[in-house]
Amino acid sequence: MFTRLLTSALFAGAAAGLIIALVQLFFVQPVLLHAELYEGGDLVHFGTESTASATPELPGFDAVRDGLSIIFTMLIYSGYAMILVALMSLAESRGAAIDARTGLIWGVAGFVAVHLAPGFTLAPEVPGVAAADVYERQIWWFATVLTAAIAMWLIAFSRNWAGWGAAVVLLLAPHVIGAPEPEVFTGPVPTEIGALFASRALGTGLAAWVMLGAFAGFFWSRESETTGQAQTV
Amino acid sequence: MIVKTASTAQATSASGLVSVIAIAALGLGVIFVAGHVQAAALHDAAHDVRHATGFPCH
Repeated sequence: MFTRLLTSALFAGAAAGLIIALVQLFFVQPVLLHAELYEGGDLVHFGTESTASATPELPGFDAVRDGLSIIFTMLIYSGYAMILVALMSLAESRGAAIDARTGLIWGVAGFVAVHLAPGFTLAPEVPGVAAADVYERQIWWFATVLTAAIAMWLIAFSRNWAGWGAAVVLLLAPHVIGAPEPEVFTGPVPTEIGALFASRALGTGLAAWVMLGAFAGFFWSRESETTGQAQTV
Repeated sequence: MIVKTASTAQATSASGLVSVIAIAALGLGVIFVAGHVQAAALHDAAHDVRHATGFPCH
């Protein structure tokens, strides 16, 4: 059982992670590098008086830095896949159908839980933005992801209004309570770059999770079939 | 560590619940180490990914 779970998760996580790492290098990394020029002071802008080019020359592909990014993206999505496959097998044992098609919906729910829900108040940060203490934000992040994940499960599998009502409360609570925010804004990065970064981070997050869900559903159902045949023989 | 957990899981595979909890805990550990531990070496190596994935980074 553990081996089946691990195999499905590693296949799904590695595949989705590799694809999305390349997509991120193309769409997200240039925005991050652009922001770092402002973070480091190489570029400075003053609102309407700005003379900084909006399309500066950016550092290109860096084998070590971007190679590490690819490895860590695959790692992170493998970690997510382990949790996803664990929940899928739990749902399957309670009668839910798990395959690549239903995996797509699992993926969207996963995106809501780990990207959209925390990002709704703590938007994906470009380097150089003002932010509150990192440990406090991490605690808020984990709490928000956990409550949103429980809410997604309740929306999917609850059969009554008490469950759905609890889901709404769990989804809203972290944002009503509020995330740790900085006391003053000190970010030197233009708002245009920050906004583009947040959109790109969320967009690639959705793409990653839709793939992760479909792959996890596919590999899990395939692993289950193989084991089922082996057992009947 | 994985091997140890796997052999533990096989002993109780009747329910499979132990395996499910073990894999979820392992996944959580991976997310925590790769995405959230603030040790300098890990932070620097995973920096770009942490930003792109929307984790609180620094």
